[in-house]
Amino acid sequence: MGASPEDSTARWQYLDHIRKTKGPFNPPSDEDEDTPEMLDTLGKSTILVIGAGGLGCEILKNLALSGFKNIHVIDMDTIDISNLNRQFLFRKADVGKSKAEVAAAFVERRVQGVEITPHNNKIQDFDEDFYMQFQMVVCGLDSIEARRWMNATLVNMVDDDNPDSLKPMIDGGTEGFKGQTRVVFPTMTPCIECQLDLYAPRAAVPLCTLATIPRQPEHCIEWAHIIAWDQEKPFPSLDKDDPEHITWLYQTALSRAQEFNIAGVTYSLTQGVVKNIIPAIASTNAIIAASCCNEALKIATTAAPALGFEDNYMSYHGDEAIYTNTFKYEKKEDCAVCGSLSKPLEVDPRWTLQELIDSLATNASAQLKKPSIRTESKTLYMRFPQSLEEKTRPNLDKTLREGLGLEEKQEIAVTDPAFPALSFKFFLRFT
Amino acid sequence: MLKIWSMKKEQQKKDNDEAAAGGKKKKVTAAQLRVQKDLNELSLGSTMTTEFPDPDNILEFILTITPDEGQYTGGKFTFSFNMSASYPHEPPKVRCQQKIYHPNIDLEGKVCLNILREDWKPVLNLNAVIVGLQFLFLEPNASDPLNKEAADDLRQSRDNFRRNVKNSMAGGSIRGVQYDRVLLK
Repeated sequence: MGASPEDSTARWQYLDHIRKTKGPFNPPSDEDEDTPEMLDTLGKSTILVIGAGGLGCEILKNLALSGFKNIHVIDMDTIDISNLNRQFLFRKADVGKSKAEVAAAFVERRVQGVEITPHNNKIQDFDEDFYMQFQMVVCGLDSIEARRWMNATLVNMVDDDNPDSLKPMIDGGTEGFKGQTRVVFPTMTPCIECQLDLYAPRAAVPLCTLATIPRQPEHCIEWAHIIAWDQEKPFPSLDKDDPEHITWLYQTALSRAQEFNIAGVTYSLTQGVVKNIIPAIASTNAIIAASCCNEALKIATTAAPALGFEDNYMSYHGDEAIYTNTFKYEKKEDCAVCGSLSKPLEVDPRWTLQELIDSLATNASAQLKKPSIRTESKTLYMRFPQSLEEKTRPNLDKTLREGLGLEEKQEIAVTDPAFPALSFKFFLRFT
Repeated sequence: MLKIWSMKKEQQKKDNDEAAAGGKKKKVTAAQLRVQKDLNELSLGSTMTTEFPDPDNILEFILTITPDEGQYTGGKFTFSFNMSASYPHEPPKVRCQQKIYHPNIDLEGKVCLNILREDWKPVLNLNAVIVGLQFLFLEPNASDPLNKEAADDLRQSRDNFRRNVKNSMAGGSIRGVQYDRVLLK
């Protein structure tokens, strides 16, 4: 494939054709969508891909082939030999290298004109300023925790005064033959936290079963992981990606299994139990990644109705026959992340904390007689338990701005034992 | 993409909602908010106290239990509590800070309490956990052993077990294992 402009136009001819054709379901628009500027929006938007594993490899390839030109990818993992069966951007020689870097380089090489910036990091290494540069986030993650972190970050970033602060989040997930694609418009549509009930809790085995009467090979591995490791501390801290550490766990589990006549402890089972690996199927990843990327394309270009405001959740079931279902998940009113968004609270910065507390008792939207108050990083006043009350009591006489260092727009969380089901979040507005 | 924002504005108008986020200050996390609530509802009674090494970090604290009933009367036991960002979807991590002779607590301080592991549910709270811990000192349970020797002792002879508890709390050793002195005086 050459690099001349003609070729490049030819390359996107069919995609552009789809984008130029107005369909009955296209959102109405004031702008003339046929202009070259309009068609170029895809090339100008910067999209973030989280995860460069099973889903991530597919997502990166699909986005590049859909016309996205500026892509960033974050993944903290290195390539393991067991990845090679489905993470097709990696070769044997890449084992041990950063997934993000190898994946980015491969797709850049293969698809001309795309620029992929790899970040060999945790998502938690970056702050809101970093995430602000993207127009959209596509997640191909295998951990609930990472999803929740990303979700909370994107919800918190939404600033009423700044349209660019709202970043659509597209989340793909697979487990064996099952998968799902979700689209979240932070603060507007149900977020990941609203849907947390969908995850079955991880089944845990009672600690005393592990300690005394193991019955399954998994029990022996968990014993080695949770109990024996702690007692013997063969290495300073457990690195689940270090083969030496897994080998230690494997051998410890194996000798315990022999003691109790339990068969089935293997190295790969040890790795699976310790890292909580769920078997991944390449084609399920491909299906889910493809649907994520089509939604990304549609949201970026408004070429067709996307998941989001009406239906927001597509589930794919390939485990018992085959069935897909797209539906509207409802927003949870009391969602811990997007449910109780903070309300403004007018305060005089020269007030003492005690005066703020007194004002909450008469404030119509609070009416709290025994409030406890915290910010994200500071415990301002806790009425219970006693030890915390004593330590935070001196704050009552301090002034909000000078004494306690509170700032305009600072968020405070207020709870009151009289209302165990409620909590209040305010952001300060200085008068 | 351009239309999303105007939709948001419309949605806000419709909800007549003055809410929505407030700038770029750090927000209180879901775990912090839940722990704040839990602490407000803690009922410690006369046998328990808490201590916060860093009052600004409520996700970590020490609970002291001084049982006034049962075989462990006269002892003082401290437990470290540690709530992750996933609390209450994950249980708090609780550890006994002394090496004690107890059927349900191992020598590293791990505690076998069903609600700290397999039976944890997000509707449970810190109060449920401290009630559970308190109960372990009143009714040590030989059928869920973490310290197998102690459980065997309890099963075979209550008197012998009682003597061992007393001895261990004074810093004595049992079958070659030296326990921490935990007596109040």
